[in-house]
Amino acid sequence: MSVLVYTENWDGKFKKFSFELVSYATGVAKMLNTVVTAVSIGKVDESELSKLGNYGATKIISINNEQLAVFDSQSYTSVIAEISVIENASVIIISNNNTGKAIAPRLSVRLKAGLGSGISRLPLSLEPFTVYKRTYSGNAFAHLVIRSDIKILTLAQNSFELVETPANAIIENLNPSVDGSLLKTVLKDVQKQSGKVLLTDADIVVSGGRGMKSPDNWPPLVELATLLGAATACSRPVSDEGWRPHEEHTGQTGKIIAPNLYIAVGISGATQHLAGISSSKYIVAINSDKDAPIFQAAQYGIVGDAMKVLPKLVEAVKEIRK
Amino acid sequence: MKILVCISNVPDTTTKIKFAEGNNSIDTTGIQWVINPWDELSLTRALELKDDAVNGIKAVTVIHVGTAASEPTIRKALAIGADDAIRVNAVSSDAWFVAYQIAEVAKKEQFDLIICGIESSDFNGSAVGGMISEFLGIPSVSAVSSIKFENGQPVMIREIDGGKEVVTVPAPFVAIVQKGIAKEPRIAAMRGIMIARSKPVKLIEPVAVDPLTQIVELEKPAPRAACKFVDADNPVQLLDLLQNEAKVI
Ligand SMILES: Cc1cc2nc3c(=O)[nH]c(=O)nc-3n(C[C@H](O)[C@H](O)[C@H](O)COP(=O)(O)OP(=O)(O)OC[C@H]3O[C@@H](n4cnc5c(N)ncnc54)[C@H](O)[C@@H]3O)c2cc1C
Repeated sequence: MSVLVYTENWDGKFKKFSFELVSYATGVAKMLNTVVTAVSIGKVDESELSKLGNYGATKIISINNEQLAVFDSQSYTSVIAEISVIENASVIIISNNNTGKAIAPRLSVRLKAGLGSGISRLPLSLEPFTVYKRTYSGNAFAHLVIRSDIKILTLAQNSFELVETPANAIIENLNPSVDGSLLKTVLKDVQKQSGKVLLTDADIVVSGGRGMKSPDNWPPLVELATLLGAATACSRPVSDEGWRPHEEHTGQTGKIIAPNLYIAVGISGATQHLAGISSSKYIVAINSDKDAPIFQAAQYGIVGDAMKVLPKLVEAVKEIRK
Repeated sequence: MKILVCISNVPDTTTKIKFAEGNNSIDTTGIQWVINPWDELSLTRALELKDDAVNGIKAVTVIHVGTAASEPTIRKALAIGADDAIRVNAVSSDAWFVAYQIAEVAKKEQFDLIICGIESSDFNGSAVGGMISEFLGIPSVSAVSSIKFENGQPVMIREIDGGKEVVTVPAPFVAIVQKGIAKEPRIAAMRGIMIARSKPVKLIEPVAVDPLTQIVELEKPAPRAACKFVDADNPVQLLDLLQNEAKVI
């Protein structure tokens, strides 16, 4: 028996999230009294792979196959399924980012394994196997029992602390046969966003709503974000109006994020907006209306005009960073 | 070409969730049920594709796994413009069960494109679309923010961490869609509502299959501490709290 964790890489590098996944897998493995095998697909060098061992993986399977250069959900599923059988995996941990969401449900069918998605805690019990999952867009959490022999869990980003558990990991290079007939995805073009802190990775996010009044008012918000090493985000009407790019829209119908700190400026705090940000560890609200619902979700608040508060905040950050 | 759009029936997104007795389901009294926001956008995009005659789309069918109680949601989809609907008459117990039923229908009625939303706003499972594709053994493309046809070939933009990829796969396939797929959900016009009444809704009995998961308990998110207010003229105090109390900057 083992716990298998799929760790995606980005241009040969892992992210903090990858180590959260391994830490989580190690936590589950401890409960089950078993070991963690990590699977990596793509060109990742040994020193990077060995980092997974710092969080408790005792075996790291590395697959570097040109045929898998383009992400194809069907063939990735096949490869991971094959390894999970070899490793006799009883629990499979995957991220719940776009890649994980593409693989996990397919793998669930392939292995007849029940899926728990958006998990944010270690299993609540093993008999029956019960996990804690986000439902109703953050308005409730479910205790979900998974009844199949094999379980697949997708972990919510930034929901599980890194736990260093140095293990003497062995790295195994594997070259499984890839069924060419499954390779259906043809990549025609890639557009990468560069230089910016990614919204989904950011520890701090500064977000603007309709209360910012005009796209011309964004410079102090962006400056604050830059000073804090934060990503910028916005509410839906703001991206609908074209004030800010669509990638920045957070909420029910935008990105769902869980940074350590979310600063909401001129955002009323509609349920649909909160659905995307309510898992943030801390929320700060800056709003001119003291009754705005966002203050009910926030731990810290400033009632005031964003145009006046933002420049002062920027100056104050500069001051403490001196 | 035929398109199948999968529709989930969910509480209106502003609903204050209350639990029913036993705390393992929600109290449905007074809830307004709507088409899951993603599915409404999927349907809108499917209809836009059909409107463009070049694409040669003969029909847009919606499918829903649910009881008769979801009939109004299905009628709404028809009023928006779907040509016909299929309802698998069963309680949608989990994603596995729902995907299994839809795949069974899709095996019999050849669809070239099946569209699912990235998640439903109630269960947030992000599962049904991927599961259908695996049950059918066909390609799936996830996190799709744009879909069109070029010379009969589907061209999609999918979101990846930190960028976008333009990809194509051969039909039949499942597109799992998210923000960007359509601008605004299409609204049913009066005429649409009238015609919807006479559009066919095919009723299918479910195939016997056991769900793999079950919600045994629901709980509210942990309450947050009350908001601490800081004077607008004193942002330094806010930074102090963030640095020394919350320890997040
Ligand atoms: C199906 C569905 C899905 C949706 N999905 C999303 C989603 O994913 N994300 C999302 O954000 N919304 C979503 N919405 C829309 C949502 O209901 C709200 O309309 C939206 O979040 C409001 O955005 P806002 O807070 O920027 O604007 P408003 O609600 O207009 O709020 C503006 C706020 O700014 C404050 N303000 C005004 N002037 C100032 C000033 N000078 N200084 C400081 N504060 C000021 C006001 O007091 C107010 O609180 C969805 C709606 C539906 C129906």
